[in-house]
Amino acid sequence: MPTPTRPRLTPEQMEQFGDEMDAIRQRVMADLGEADATYIRKIVKAQRGFEVAGRALFYLPPAWPLAVAALSVSKILDNMEIGHNVMHGQYDWMGDPGLNSRMYEWDNVCPSEQWKYSHNYIHHTFTNVLGKDRDIGYGILRMDEDQKWHPYYLGNPVYAFLLMMFFEWGVAMHDLEVENIVAGKRKIEENKALHAGIMRKVKRQALKDYLLFPALTGPLFPMTLAGNAVANLVRNVWAFNIIFCGHFPAGAETFTAEECENETRGHWYYRQLLGSANITGGPLFHILSGNLSHQIEHHLFPDIPARRYPELSAEVQEICERYGLQYNTGRLSKQLFSVAKKICRLALPDRKADAPVDRAGVTEDALAA
Amino acid sequence: MSLTAPLAGLGQSVLRSRALAALTSPHGVDRYLEQINPMWAATEVRARIVDIHREVDVPGHPPVATLTLQPTSTWRGHRAGQHVQLGVEVEGARRTTRVFTISSPDSRPGDRFQVTMRANPDGVVSRWLVERATPGTTVHLSQAQGEFVLPDRMPEHVLFISGGSGITPVMSMLRSLQRRTHRGRVTFLHYAQSPEHQIFAEELAETARTGHGVDLHLMHPELGDPNLSPAFLERLVPGYREVPTWACGPAPLIEGVQAAYDGSESLQIEYFKPPRRASADDAEGAVSFTRSGKEAPNTGASLLEQAEALGLKPESGCRMGICFSCVATKTDGTVRNVLTGEESSLPDEEIRVCVSSPVGDCSVEL
Repeated sequence: MPTPTRPRLTPEQMEQFGDEMDAIRQRVMADLGEADATYIRKIVKAQRGFEVAGRALFYLPPAWPLAVAALSVSKILDNMEIGHNVMHGQYDWMGDPGLNSRMYEWDNVCPSEQWKYSHNYIHHTFTNVLGKDRDIGYGILRMDEDQKWHPYYLGNPVYAFLLMMFFEWGVAMHDLEVENIVAGKRKIEENKALHAGIMRKVKRQALKDYLLFPALTGPLFPMTLAGNAVANLVRNVWAFNIIFCGHFPAGAETFTAEECENETRGHWYYRQLLGSANITGGPLFHILSGNLSHQIEHHLFPDIPARRYPELSAEVQEICERYGLQYNTGRLSKQLFSVAKKICRLALPDRKADAPVDRAGVTEDALAA
Repeated sequence: MSLTAPLAGLGQSVLRSRALAALTSPHGVDRYLEQINPMWAATEVRARIVDIHREVDVPGHPPVATLTLQPTSTWRGHRAGQHVQLGVEVEGARRTTRVFTISSPDSRPGDRFQVTMRANPDGVVSRWLVERATPGTTVHLSQAQGEFVLPDRMPEHVLFISGGSGITPVMSMLRSLQRRTHRGRVTFLHYAQSPEHQIFAEELAETARTGHGVDLHLMHPELGDPNLSPAFLERLVPGYREVPTWACGPAPLIEGVQAAYDGSESLQIEYFKPPRRASADDAEGAVSFTRSGKEAPNTGASLLEQAEALGLKPESGCRMGICFSCVATKTDGTVRNVLTGEESSLPDEEIRVCVSSPVGDCSVEL
C-alpha cells in the first residue's frame, strides 16, 4: 500500500527541501557555544540536586511522597533531557567526558552501549521503515496497519500497559530481539554478549535502589525500597507516554524498505518529518520530556542540542507549509488519546473490505512478475 | 599537616571505596563532588591556576609564561621531565586539551607544580592560558605522563641539550638535581633565537654564576654561535656518545642530535610536534590507521570507507553522521567534514569517521 495520501514531492523539490534542512543544521551547529553548555550543566546540577534531595528525604517518613517525587524527577531528567540527548552526541562538541556520548551511562537498567545501537543507529537511521525500525511496536505490539494481524494481537492493550509499567526493562530487553529469535531470524547465541552487559547493569541498578539506599535508612528499609521502586515506575510511565506520542499518533507515516532504497538526503528528512509527531506544552513540560515533545525537530536534527528544538520549530513549520507537508502536533491529551485508540483498534483484525494488502506479499508478486 | 594528612587519607579511601561507587552508580563519585567544589575529586585530576608569570615578552613574538597550578589531592606527583595533559574550557564551552611539559622540580602527591609554555599563535589552549586565563581558573589535568625522565640513581656526568621551549623538561630535571643536591657534573647546552628569547634567563644566569657543577652554554646560532655538530659536541664534552644525554626541542635540533649520537644508547630524546597545516589539494598524502598499523595513499573517500577498503572493520552505524557509533580519535592531520565542508587540524580530536575525509596526511586510531 504505497499510501496515496502522502504528499508527493518532485525529485527537485525533495532536494531543495533537504538543502533547506541542511542549512538549518549547519547554521545551528556553527552557533553552538556557552549558552548551550551552561544550559546542560544547569540541568545536570538540578538532576543531581533532585537525586540527593530525594535520597535524603527518605530519612523523614512524613516526607515520603516528596522524596519519591524528587527521585522521580531526578530519574526523568537523567534519562530524558540528559541521558537520551547526551548519548545522541548532542554535547560531544563540549569535550567534557561527563557529557560525552561514548562515556555517558544513564540511571536505567538498559546499558547505554546497547541502547545507542538500537536507538541511535537502528531507530534513527531507519525511522518508521517497516521491518527495519524495531521501534514500531517494539516487537511486541501491533502499531501499524501493515503489521499483519494475528490473534496474539488481541492482547495489544494489555501488552502496551505492561510495557508502560516495565518500560526500562522493556528497553533493556529490546536489544535481545526476542521476536526475531521466535521468528527464527536470530540465533539465541547472538545474545550471549548482550546478556553479560545487561546483567552487569541490572545488578548495579538493583544494588543501589533496592538494597544499599534502603539499607542506609535502617528501619525505614521497606519504605525506602518502595519509594525507589515507585520512582522507577513513575519514570517508566512518563517516558513510555512521551515516547509513544513520538511516532504513533494518527497521521504519523510508515514507509516500506523498497521506498527507502538508495534514499536521498532529502527523502531521509522527508521520512523523518512525516514519521514523527510533536506535543505542545510549556517550557517545563518540554524539559521533562527531554524535548522529545519536539520529536519532529529531534528526528530531523538528532545531534543538535535539544534545547534548540523549540526555537527551530517555527522555521520547520514554515518550510513544511511551503512544501505542503504535514507537521503533526497536538496537546498531550490529544496525542495520547490518538495512540491509545490506535493500540486498541489494531488489536482487532482490519474491518474494512479494502483492508491493506500485506505489503510483503505485494512485493513478492512484483518480484515474481 | 601531620593532623590533616591522615584525615585526608581517610577521606580519599572513603571517596574511592566500592560502597560509594555503588551508591553513585552509574555516574560515579566525581560527578557529584564537582557540583559542590571543582577542587574535590575522588579519581579525576583538576587544578586551580594560582599564578601566571610571563617569562618572555618580546614584542612581535609569542610570549612565554609559567603557570603555577594547585592540583586536587588526586594528583599523584610527577618525575622531572614528564608532561601532563591540560584541558581548558574556551569560551566556557569547548574543552580543549593539549600536552604541556612540567617545568618545576619533581612533585609529590597533591603538590603544586608549574608548566611553562609559549603562546603558540595557532594554539587555542596555550594562547588562552598565556593571554587570557586568570588566577582562580580551574583546568582539567591528566596524571603526569612520559618516559623522558631522570633515573633514580644519577650518573656522575649528564648532558642536557635543548632548543627553544624544549628547555622546560630539562629545566625540571636541572631544578630537581639542584634540590636533590646532586654532586655530579651537568653539562647544559641550550639553543635559543636570541638572549631576549631566553626562557628562565635570570635563573640560568644565577646558575651560571654560582656554578655548583653546572656547565651552562647558551647558544644563539642566528647571532653567530656555532651550530650543533659532532665536532662541536666532541670539543664540549669529549666522548659525549658515552655520556647519558637528555635532548628535547624542535624536530631539526633533535634530528641533528640523533645523527650526532649515531644510535648510542646514552641518548634519550623528546620531540614536540608542531601542528600540521592543511594542504590545498584534496586527495593527497597518506592515511594511516595507527592501531592496526595499516597505511595507504589517501583516496579522498571518507575515513570509514578508506579503513574498510584496507580490510578494517571499525564500529559504525548510520554512515551519515547521525548515530556517533564510529567516533574515533584522529591523532594527526586535517579532515574535512563532508556534510559541512568544515576543516579541522586539531591533534587528538574525536571525529566521526563516516563523515570525515582526510585532507593530506592523516592518522586515525583505528
